[in-house]
Amino acid sequence: MNRLSIIGIGIVAVVLIVAICAPWIATQDVGATNLSLRYLPPTAAHWFGTDSTGRDIFARVVFGARISLRVGIVVVTVSAIIGTLLGALAGYYGGWIDRVLSGYVFNVFLAFPGLLLAIALVAFLGAGLNKLIFALCIIGWVGYARLIRGQVLKVREYDFVQAARALGAGDARILFVHILPNAIQPLIVQASLGMAGAVLSEASLSFLGLGVPPPAPSWGVMIEEARDLSTLQNAPHALIFPGLAIALTVLAFNFIGDGLREYLDPRQRKR
Amino acid sequence: MKRKIFGLVRRVAMLVLVVWTVVSLVTLLVELVPGDPAVAVLGEQATPDQLEQFRQKHGLDRPPFFFSFPEDENGSRHFRWFGWQNRYTDYWTSLLHGDLGRSFRTDRPVVELIRERYPATIELALAALLIAIAIAIPLGVIAGKKRGTLTDNAVSVFALLGISLPSFVIGPMLIYVFSVKLGWLGGYGRDDWTYLILPSFTLGAALSAILTRMVRSSVIEELGEDYVRTARAKGLSERKVVYKHVLKNGLIPVVTILGLQLGILLAGAIITEKIFGWPGLGLLLVEDGIGKRDYRIVQGCVLAISVTYIAANSLTDMIYRWLDPRIRVS
Repeated sequence: MNRLSIIGIGIVAVVLIVAICAPWIATQDVGATNLSLRYLPPTAAHWFGTDSTGRDIFARVVFGARISLRVGIVVVTVSAIIGTLLGALAGYYGGWIDRVLSGYVFNVFLAFPGLLLAIALVAFLGAGLNKLIFALCIIGWVGYARLIRGQVLKVREYDFVQAARALGAGDARILFVHILPNAIQPLIVQASLGMAGAVLSEASLSFLGLGVPPPAPSWGVMIEEARDLSTLQNAPHALIFPGLAIALTVLAFNFIGDGLREYLDPRQRKR
Repeated sequence: MKRKIFGLVRRVAMLVLVVWTVVSLVTLLVELVPGDPAVAVLGEQATPDQLEQFRQKHGLDRPPFFFSFPEDENGSRHFRWFGWQNRYTDYWTSLLHGDLGRSFRTDRPVVELIRERYPATIELALAALLIAIAIAIPLGVIAGKKRGTLTDNAVSVFALLGISLPSFVIGPMLIYVFSVKLGWLGGYGRDDWTYLILPSFTLGAALSAILTRMVRSSVIEELGEDYVRTARAKGLSERKVVYKHVLKNGLIPVVTILGLQLGILLAGAIITEKIFGWPGLGLLLVEDGIGKRDYRIVQGCVLAISVTYIAANSLTDMIYRWLDPRIRVS
């Protein structure tokens, strides 16, 4: 693993701890408004200052980590499971199943720009955290499916698979015991990059007003609330801190993904 | 020749199938609206007469699809066939006549609204693409040439920041610095050309970062090739070697992703347009469509952006095949 991916793992560990221990780290109330405390710069009492309604930005950034990670973990897990199953089906059985899945279904999902499809789904379903997660899963699985299909196509030709078949193993056993464990390595890279994508998408949709509804401390919502001229002039930190939180988290998952890819593909290590 | 024609027919058929599915999905999206769309648009205080009038006017009184499984009094579901008179065929019939329905709020034809806003979005996306290329090529070449040095690392950090910093963080910061503090460039709106710079930079930032990384690794790869050694042995200056020989070959993979990126820029433009109040399709979608629950506008915008995306992708694919005959074989 290269140095950057270790830094990435460190940042992700910090974000994870912050998310789990949020109530002990941030003792201020995330929703408590106090207009007499608005636009305060960072101080000992308010580490990241306060926003336009006097809420403590540090507490909101800390609790925002919970929303981001929750969305990321659920979306990546669900998308990876659905994608792996469909990709494995297409790759293993081939024939008309593959033609329908990879030739048609995958292409249809790739024909939409992902973010647009998520926006469209949430626009019609109505805003909310669960609907946002659902929309992100709908756009997320196809990347895993394509990847696993390619891997399964490769692995199913290996000798040990032929040997298992010769020994009379059934399709399910060959697929789940012999092929998939040898095919899912690149999935880890995709999952790490997928976490970065999901965190960014959650923030984007919340920024557009399609994610977690406002007083909730989502990083995207915080940025949306901090971008009016008076807040920008009086308290640019209201934009900077949640912005940094998103950038660091996304950067960390990208570092890990890039590092893993390099680690798993020796040809890239030289570069 | 026969195989070539067969391949072409297959690709066109696939394209038609994909477009058909995309349109169908967009058509049926309205059915996802929880409850009655008429109530969602007119509000709870609307009278039954108003609701009925609204449903009739926008065809919402007709069945949504060819069939459904409605629930009867006993709570069991039965198959029911509605025939061709349904909203799905209505939308298709109008679409084939170049009609995307009328706005639920203003009653203006959606096609007209899209036609007004489309050029602004394309202008923004193309400007972003140009800015991204203008940043990525020199940076990528420098980083590739000086691989492993401080300059290379600085470029890599810049690229990673560009990928990780979302547009909705970069955008407001740029507005604050260049429009509010310094007053050099326009911030919100689309009054003159100075208003194009900040949004196109914001939209192009992530792409410039991706391209920089691609150009860098392409340059590194090409610099190891035999023809580079030959060119150097001929006594060409390093500048000529890099810009005349290496870049020409190294840009092939870069050029091919540009078409795909144009589509991604169109989707990204939705957020950028909201940040800068740029009057394009994205703003129409977010403010007039989603913000005011005008589902016809949402359908129209999603359709327009998706079809543009599919067209850009297919065009890239065709150009790629034409440029690089090896792809045609595989």
